[in-house]
Amino acid sequence: MSITRRLFGGTAIAAAILAGSATHAQDNMRIALVVKALGIGFFEAAAEGAEEAAAELGNVEIIYTGPTDTTAEGQIEVINSLIAQGVDAIAISANDPDAVSPALQRAMQRGITVISWDSGVNEEGRMMHLNPSSTPLIGNTILKLAADHMPDGGQVAILSASATATNQNAWIAAAEEVLPNYPGIELVATVYGDDLSDKSYREAQGLMASYPDLKAIIAPTTVGILASCQAVSDAGKIGEINVTGLGLPSEMAGCVESGATESFAIWNPIDLGYSATMIAHALASGAATAGTGAEIPTGRMGSVTLDDTNSAAMSDPFTYDASNIDQFKDIF
Amino acid sequence: MQKQILMSREVLLTGAIVLLLAIISTRFPAFIAPSNLANVFNDTAPLILLAIGQMIVILTRCIDLSVAANLALTGMVVSMINVAMPGLPVPIIIFIAVAFGALLGMVNGVLVWKLEIPPIVVTLGTMTIFRGTIFLLSEGKWINAHEFSETFKAFPRTELLGLPLMSWIAIAAVIFFSVVMSRTTLGRAFYAAGGNPHAATYAGIDVGRTQFWAFTISGALAGLTGYLWVSRFAVAFVDLAGGFELSVVAACVIGGVAIMGGIGTVVGAMLGALFLGIISNALPVVNISPFWQLAISGGAIIIAVALNAQANREKGRIILKRAEHAT
Repeated sequence: MSITRRLFGGTAIAAAILAGSATHAQDNMRIALVVKALGIGFFEAAAEGAEEAAAELGNVEIIYTGPTDTTAEGQIEVINSLIAQGVDAIAISANDPDAVSPALQRAMQRGITVISWDSGVNEEGRMMHLNPSSTPLIGNTILKLAADHMPDGGQVAILSASATATNQNAWIAAAEEVLPNYPGIELVATVYGDDLSDKSYREAQGLMASYPDLKAIIAPTTVGILASCQAVSDAGKIGEINVTGLGLPSEMAGCVESGATESFAIWNPIDLGYSATMIAHALASGAATAGTGAEIPTGRMGSVTLDDTNSAAMSDPFTYDASNIDQFKDIF
Repeated sequence: MQKQILMSREVLLTGAIVLLLAIISTRFPAFIAPSNLANVFNDTAPLILLAIGQMIVILTRCIDLSVAANLALTGMVVSMINVAMPGLPVPIIIFIAVAFGALLGMVNGVLVWKLEIPPIVVTLGTMTIFRGTIFLLSEGKWINAHEFSETFKAFPRTELLGLPLMSWIAIAAVIFFSVVMSRTTLGRAFYAAGGNPHAATYAGIDVGRTQFWAFTISGALAGLTGYLWVSRFAVAFVDLAGGFELSVVAACVIGGVAIMGGIGTVVGAMLGALFLGIISNALPVVNISPFWQLAISGGAIIIAVALNAQANREKGRIILKRAEHAT
């Protein structure tokens, strides 16, 4: 299963590269999916969704691209090269909401449709933004995941990505807002693992050392949740500390199996890439226009409605635990 | 006389480490509990291994920026081997890791030796090539905890006499390379080739070949660390240990390894690595804003290097010490 998928992914990328250099592909609508960095499972899955949407729409070519590390500078270079190639639409998950904005504005001046998805760009830099879910919902979900397994209350700590990560900070702020709804739950610390395995692992160790009574670590980032899970397993604290947050089923299967993680949540990145592509296609082809209150169809996902900041939410995050992990771990 | 100064530099660094621990213990007493110190040492083991290799490379007036990428590529290769052949015993995996890492190091070495390209350019290039290769091999997919075999993951964690095997490997490497550097022809050749390449050539040492071996050793250690890294964190992906090469170079510089070559000891590199390891382990527990953490790490590096520069300055190349005093 995974080998065929790997092969398929390989041919898809190769095909995209070949098609990109060929001139006869001009009739196709070319939609660039710009991600935070290449080589991250979540975005690879989103690219699969984008390919699915392209196959459904027909005459659409997906250019899956991004920098090799999560920097705004790298994304700006990518955007500039996409402008030079004259793509029809850019759908970006931004490393920085402001830094990439001028480059995207330049793209829009050249008539390129620009939307952001997952991690947003400021309002000047895009036509609309597709949130995987709504920030308050995610903030509440990650806290609820921890609270559900703490009937007597206790201490929880958050292990995030970098201290400047746009979406992580928004979710943490949302979680802090709903904290009073969970009596007995005390948020003792928020630390930053910078999405590096070793630093996240160390921060998790630090949390366990600083707060011996800690009951849960909430990590709303895929690198952080895995590193925390490993740190808790290595410290022999499975059962004492529940690691939860946002992760991918394929990456989290081991943690759920060992018991270090009771449950975790994520939206479906395949759906996200699919919806972003559908929206980019609708806007670029003129089938829909972005504006407050506009409803944009997103194929099998239904439709999204834009709010006053031209943002839309795709769906609620979905919770995974021992009962359904085996079903999803082979999918993404 | 020189030996005494060399010793005193390591004593100075040990003193700085003790002082650092004392300061940390005022804010977080549990940090200096023996079990926690053992944890810190274990966490620093990969940095120590890489710093030893980097030190040898720097001794020969070169630099190896590809160590972290080598680590990540070797880690990915052994992970994929483990996924494909879960039954393969760990000693064979380790052999493959060391051999593959050494091979990658040899690529650097050959380019520096035969084509005489500046090492910083060579390793900057291979660093990017190695990272790109990981992407091609893995198609950007991660290899996760449940895909590894249990024995593959258990090895660095297995405890022997109270310390995990990963710590023992670092200790063994420090002892082994201390002997190699001070008691073998090759070891002395590293110092000679970096200290004065012209004199070394006249003494019959092939400087290029010596640099080649330095890169090979650095690569082999990076490969070994690659296996230890992926098995410890139970994950392999493209960005594994991103930016780690800079910590490795910093550890060497803090450890008194002269960036101009010819000066440095294995123990110094180990102490430099420990200094950085203690800081990065202490910052999470002493409750400092994450915005300050980077600045503090950087500040510590500069202070340590400034102290080292002071210590280096006294050295000089006075050949006729006695005669000088007589005048």
